[in-house]
Amino acid sequence: MNFYLLSAIKAAVVVGVLMLTLLYLQWVERKVIARIQVRVGPNRVGRYGLLQPIADTLKLLLKEDLMPPGPNRFLYLLAPFLAITLSLISISVIPFGPEVKVIGVPTWMQLTDLNIGVVFILAISSLNVYGVVLAGWASNSKYPLLGGLRASAQMISYELPLGLAVAAPLLMSNTLSLREIVVSQSHYTWGFLPAWNLFRGPFPQVIGFLVFMVAAFAETNRVPFDLPEAETELVAGFHTEYSSMKFAGFFMAEYSNMITVCSMATVLFLGGWLPPFPGLDVVPVVGPLFWFLAKTGVLLFVFIWVRGTMPRLRYDQLMRFAWSFMFPVAMANLMITGLMVALVG
Amino acid sequence: MNAIVFLIFAAVAVICGINVVVRTHPISCALALIGTMASLSVLYLLLGAQFIAAAQVFVYAGAIMVLFVFVIMLLNAGAEQKPHGAWMARLTGAPLLVALLGILGFVILRAFPRSEMARFGGFTGGTVENVGRAIFTTYLLPFEITSILVLIAIVGAVVLGYKEMD
Repeated sequence: MNFYLLSAIKAAVVVGVLMLTLLYLQWVERKVIARIQVRVGPNRVGRYGLLQPIADTLKLLLKEDLMPPGPNRFLYLLAPFLAITLSLISISVIPFGPEVKVIGVPTWMQLTDLNIGVVFILAISSLNVYGVVLAGWASNSKYPLLGGLRASAQMISYELPLGLAVAAPLLMSNTLSLREIVVSQSHYTWGFLPAWNLFRGPFPQVIGFLVFMVAAFAETNRVPFDLPEAETELVAGFHTEYSSMKFAGFFMAEYSNMITVCSMATVLFLGGWLPPFPGLDVVPVVGPLFWFLAKTGVLLFVFIWVRGTMPRLRYDQLMRFAWSFMFPVAMANLMITGLMVALVG
Repeated sequence: MNAIVFLIFAAVAVICGINVVVRTHPISCALALIGTMASLSVLYLLLGAQFIAAAQVFVYAGAIMVLFVFVIMLLNAGAEQKPHGAWMARLTGAPLLVALLGILGFVILRAFPRSEMARFGGFTGGTVENVGRAIFTTYLLPFEITSILVLIAIVGAVVLGYKEMD
C-alpha cells in the first residue's frame, strides 16, 4: 500500500471520527449541564435524545441564511470559513497511539509527525483569532464589533501564559515533536508512578498544567472567560449576525478548538496514549486509543463541568488575571523548570 | 509537485502584496499583508526551513498583524480617499518604476553568483536545534542587544501613552 493511499485512509478515518465527536460533544454538554441544573436535557428525538444533534444540524441547514447589509460581504463570508478551517487543521499533528500495522504495513496512529509539531499548533491557534475578529467587524453592527474586539484582546493576552506553560514540558522532553514528547514519558518512576510530565522530575508540571488549562479556557472563549459572547450584555457577541450553517461553523470551531486543547494537554502533560499503571498496555490498538480518548474525554468533561458551575468574570478582572497572575506564574514555572533541567539533566 | 506548490504560493504572495498597496480600506490591506506572510511561510517550508516557517506565521501573522487589525478596528479607520494624481506623475511614474525594478534585478543578479540555485528542501539548518544553537552561541550578542532594544521600545511606548492620558 503506498504512502498516499494510507494517508488518505487515515485522514478519512480521523475526520470522520472528529466530525462525529463534534456532533455528539454538544449532546453530551447539553445532557451534563441539564444534570447539573437538575433538568432532563434533550430526550424527545431518539432514545435519550441521541438523535438530537442530527435534528439540530438539519434545522440549521434548512434555516434562512440572512446577510446583514454591509460593505464587506467577502470578509463576512470568510470569517466562519477561517474559524472552522483553522480549528480543524491542528488535529493533523496530534498522535493518538503508537506504531501499528495496517495489513502488514507499519504506520503511526497520527496523520503526520512534524518535528515542529508544538510550534505548528501554537502558530495555527494564534491565527484562530482572525475568524472571531473578522466576524465581529464584517457584521457591521455594534454588538459583534465589541465581541470581536474583546475576543482579540483576550486571545492575545492568554496566548502568552499558554505558550509559556507549553514551553516547560518541552524542556523536560527535549523535543518539539508531539510523538516524541509522548514517547519520552513512557517509563515509570519507582516502578509504579507514570513518568508523565505532570508527575515527573526534575520539576513536576502541576502548575504548568493548571496554567495551561486556565489559558485554554480563555483561548477557546469558554465560561468563565466567554466575555466575547456574553449574552446578557452583547446578545451573542461576534456571531450575533450569523445564521444557518455559518452560525453552525462558529459552533463547530468552538468545539473543535476544545478538542484540540484537550488533546494537547493530554499529550504534553498526561502522557498521551500511555496507560496510568504498568502492565496495562497489553491490548495492541484499542488499548492506547482507549487511554488517549479517556484522558481527553475527562478534560472535555471538565470544560463542560466548569461551564455548568462557574459564573462569568468581569472584563477588567479577566485582563488583570491574565497579566498580573497567570503571566508571572507561568514565567516562574518555566524558569524553575529550566533551572532544574539544567542542574539535573 | 514542489514546483507547482511554489508557483501557486509565489503567485498568491505577489497578488496579496499588490493588494496591500492597491486596496483603499485599511482592514483589507492588513488582511492582504497576512496573506503575503502566510504564503511566504509556505515558501520557507518548501526550502526546508521549518522552524522559520512556523515562526513567520506565529510571530508576524499571529501576533503582530493581530495588533494591527486590533488598532485599525479601535480607531475605526474608514476607507482612504484616493488622490487624483497629476498626469505628470502618472506619465513619469511608470518608466521610473520599470527603471527601479530593472536596477534592483541587475544588482541582485550581480551580487549572487549564478551557480548557487535555490533547491527545494536543500536548506538543512532550519531545525529548532540549529536555530537555537545559532542564537545562543554565534549570534548571542546581537540577540541580547535586540532584546534590550525591544525592552526600550516597550518602555518608550508606555511613557508616551501616559503623556497622552494626562
